[in-house]
Amino acid sequence: MDRIERLEQGMLKESVPQFNIGNTVRVHVKIKEGEKERIQVFEGVVIRRKGARNRETFTVRKVAYNVAVERIFPVHSPWIDKVEVTRVGAVRRAKLYYLRQRTGRAARLREKERVRPSKPSK
Amino acid sequence: MVNGLIAHKLGMTQVYSEAGRLVPVTVLEVGPCKVVQIKTSEREGYSGAQLSFDEVKEHRVTKPSRGHYGKAGVQPARVLREFGGDLSGLSIGQAVTAEIFEKGEYVDITGVSKGKGFQGVMKRHNYRGGPASHGSMFHRATGAVGQCSSPSRVWKNKGMPGQMGNKRVTTQGLEVVEVRVAENLVFVKGSVPGGSKGVVMIRKSVKGKVKKEVVAKGGKKK
Repeated sequence: MDRIERLEQGMLKESVPQFNIGNTVRVHVKIKEGEKERIQVFEGVVIRRKGARNRETFTVRKVAYNVAVERIFPVHSPWIDKVEVTRVGAVRRAKLYYLRQRTGRAARLREKERVRPSKPSK
Repeated sequence: MVNGLIAHKLGMTQVYSEAGRLVPVTVLEVGPCKVVQIKTSEREGYSGAQLSFDEVKEHRVTKPSRGHYGKAGVQPARVLREFGGDLSGLSIGQAVTAEIFEKGEYVDITGVSKGKGFQGVMKRHNYRGGPASHGSMFHRATGAVGQCSSPSRVWKNKGMPGQMGNKRVTTQGLEVVEVRVAENLVFVKGSVPGGSKGVVMIRKSVKGKVKKEVVAKGGKKK
C-alpha cells in the first residue's frame, strides 16, 4: 500500500453510511444558513458509487416536478448527517446510467425480495 | 531560519477544510534536511545554506562528495540544494524539519515538470490550429510565423514546436493546508510540478500572501 493510500485511510469518517447501488435513500444533508444549521433531505436512487477511501462519492438521482436531479455526495463529507435506506432495488449492474434514458414507469426498479429490514444508519 | 526545504512529492489526494469543503492537496514529504555548508558574503560573495535531503549509505557516493559531506559531519545524501533566508542561528550539521512551515501560509514550489517530448504548437503554446474538416487541409500545423518584408524576420519568442516539459518550473502562491511535523509531511493546496516521487523545493512565497484570484495562464479560475 503506498503512502498516499495509508494517509487516506486515516482520513475516513468513523461511521460510514451503509447502502448500495439501486437503493432508494434519504440523504440527510446539513445546510448552513448564516448562523443557523438545518437538515434537508434528498431522496432518490443511488445510481453510482465512485472512487475509494476518503475520495469516494455517490450519486443520487430523483425526479422532482418532472425534472431529473442528480446530486453527487462525498461519502465522507462532514455535511452528511445520515443516510437512510428506504428501498432496496434489485439491480444487476454497478452503474445505473440506463435509468437516465427512462422515465415514469420504465424507470422503476423491482424491489429485492427477502431483505432484512434496514436500520437507519448514521 | 532558512526560507525553504527539499521535499519529495508523494502524490495528490483530497482533504476537508474546517468549513467542510473538499480541498485538492498535494502531499509532500519535507525534509528533514541537514545543513552541509553555509555560504557567507565574505567568502562566497552571497549568503546561503546548502541543505541535503534523502540520505544514502556512504559507499554509494563519490569520493569527492564523501569528503564534502565528511567536512560537515553529515550522512551523504542524494540531493543538495541551496536556500536563502535569515541564516542566523543556523549551524552546520543541524537538521531542519517541516516545522518552519505553518498552516495557512503561502509557499512557492520548484520542481522539474513532467516531460512531454517534442510537441507541436497547439499543445505547447495553446495555438488554435485549423478546422478539422470541411476540406480545410490545415489542421495542427504552425502556420504563418510573421509578417512580410518589414520586419523580414521572425519575432523573438515566437512560439514554435519543440521540447515541452522536463524543465524547471515554479508554481507560486500555494496555500499550506496542513503540516505534520512528526511525519515530515506538508499538505499544499493544488498541484505541484513533476510526477510523484519527484524532488521539489518548497520555499516561503516570494510574493507574500497573494490573493486567490490570481489567474494562471490557461485561464483556470481562482
